[in-house]
Amino acid sequence: MSTATTTETKELAPVSTESLAALLVAKERPPRPSAWSASLTFGWRAILKIKHVPEQLFDVTAFPIMMVLMYTYLFGGALAGSPREYIQFLLPGILVMSVVMITMYTGVSVNTDIEKGVFDRFRSLPIWRPSTMVGYLLGDALRYTIASVVMLTVGIILGYRPDGGPGGVIAGILLLVVFSFAFSWIWTMFGLLLRTEKSVMGVSMMVIFPLTFLSNVFVDPRTMPGWLQAFVNNSPVTHLASAVRELMAGEWPTAEIAWSLGWAGVFVLVFGPITMRLYNRK
Amino acid sequence: MSQQTPGLAIETAGLVKTFGETRAVDGVDLAVPTGTVYGVLGPNGAGKTTTVKMLATLLRPDGGEAHVFGHDVVREADEVRGRVSLTGQYASVDEDLTGTENLVLLGRLLGHHKKAARERAAQLLEAFGLTEAAGKQVKNYSGGMRRRIDIAASILNTPDLLFLDEPTTGLDPRSRNQVWDIVRAVVSQGTTVLLTTQYLDEADQLASRIAVIDRGKVIAEGTKGELKASVGAGSVHLRLREAEQRPEASRVLRQVLQADVQLEPDPVALTARVGAGASNGQGAAEQAAAALAELARVGVVVDNFSLGQPSLDEVFLALTGHDTKVHDEPQAHDAKDGAAA
Repeated sequence: MSTATTTETKELAPVSTESLAALLVAKERPPRPSAWSASLTFGWRAILKIKHVPEQLFDVTAFPIMMVLMYTYLFGGALAGSPREYIQFLLPGILVMSVVMITMYTGVSVNTDIEKGVFDRFRSLPIWRPSTMVGYLLGDALRYTIASVVMLTVGIILGYRPDGGPGGVIAGILLLVVFSFAFSWIWTMFGLLLRTEKSVMGVSMMVIFPLTFLSNVFVDPRTMPGWLQAFVNNSPVTHLASAVRELMAGEWPTAEIAWSLGWAGVFVLVFGPITMRLYNRK
Repeated sequence: MSQQTPGLAIETAGLVKTFGETRAVDGVDLAVPTGTVYGVLGPNGAGKTTTVKMLATLLRPDGGEAHVFGHDVVREADEVRGRVSLTGQYASVDEDLTGTENLVLLGRLLGHHKKAARERAAQLLEAFGLTEAAGKQVKNYSGGMRRRIDIAASILNTPDLLFLDEPTTGLDPRSRNQVWDIVRAVVSQGTTVLLTTQYLDEADQLASRIAVIDRGKVIAEGTKGELKASVGAGSVHLRLREAEQRPEASRVLRQVLQADVQLEPDPVALTARVGAGASNGQGAAEQAAAALAELARVGVVVDNFSLGQPSLDEVFLALTGHDTKVHDEPQAHDAKDGAAA
């Protein structure tokens, strides 16, 4: 996509100081964009970056396909008799797990961005301060949606048949994307807090692996020891996986939806302000 | 809210920023008149960028006050951001995006509608001679093109105050001249420019007032004329035919120019500062001419002669007594304000 040729224009077109002066005469400034409009513009930037570096979609296409195939055939026979049986239980869960795992790339991209020249320009603009961060997350929400669609497609090919139909499936994906958007504020915090991309990656792994594996994504928690059940049953990922699973099965799990959204709210309220504090102090 | 003198774009009092043990900015007082180019001159590590970052609301001062058009940079940061623009190596554009995309993105963030943002982007790219490169990713731009797109991004809305932090560092002479033309065009339309630079000739070309900054302190401030008078208008460099005539030449120069004479490592070369001791109102060239005439009269043979502007090194030497090397012991330094103009 990106042409690697360096533009060595020896004879660069001259600067036209007359037309420059004419442009500078215009002193009027348009009204500031709304918070939402500024955030959307930053979301557009994220999409432009995907356009220029489409390889970065690898983690939302190849990785999720690998997850579905791997776990369906690895555990299917042992846990549910056959992969086809197991995928009915597994797919919503593995969807939740993969997308929540993908969120951690947010931290890495924030961290690499602040090292670059454009970050301070954004910080010097008269715009709603969190819009830069919200923009990242809006772009990421698109990535989460792509990952979800890819995984569902693979699942359906493998024999997953959601009883909830398209409505249930869309509701499930919507809940997952909203939760992931909120959850990502943890990563924007780490992206601003930690000094190198490697350390962001390291800390993210430490958080994400226990959080996603210690849940009801793979098996029913009733087979686990009591202390683990206590953790697993209260984990936000368990609530989310249950909610998505039941939505896709055509149910309306009010309590689990409420828990998922409640956790989402907590993530935004706790990690949003910390992120913005770090952003303003950077 | 405003405790500011009218007619000033920037006013700071005792501005301080510390990083750990280092006082990067150590009590800077600036008064920048509106509508002018104000030069902040200093070597690497002098505190120029830190000062600019505080004025552009990117860093919070640890002490002192700064007002931009009467707005406090901490308490009224948003008002300040609405009126200033910043260009520096750290505040540039997104390398992954094309020139057009960058300008449209920033135009949108400044509140332009899509169509207006596109128009303004196209006009700026045209004026900056970047139309051909508009669709290329900025990471493929040459150094001169990079600096142009950076400055274009800063004037999407005509700012009242433009910070240019070392806008020509690393550029070839031709690109540098073009950046200078841009700066002149910007200031001719009424924008105030705060320019930081390591190059004396750049400050000389563009700025009407200059602050010389070293180790976080302003060590001299004034118009170009005042500063030059304080350090001497320039230096004469002489090469003699006979090395044994050097002591005689040195004596003559000291007497005529009333200035220190430096003996170069080359046994036939010597340098003297001109202008510092001028009590008779003569220009540098006249003084140098008088010195040459006197040398010829006493029989010293001069093979080669040149009269040059004082270099930044010489200015620093004159003002601080040390050269422009990056300093690692900022604490072990006391105020040298006695040398200020």
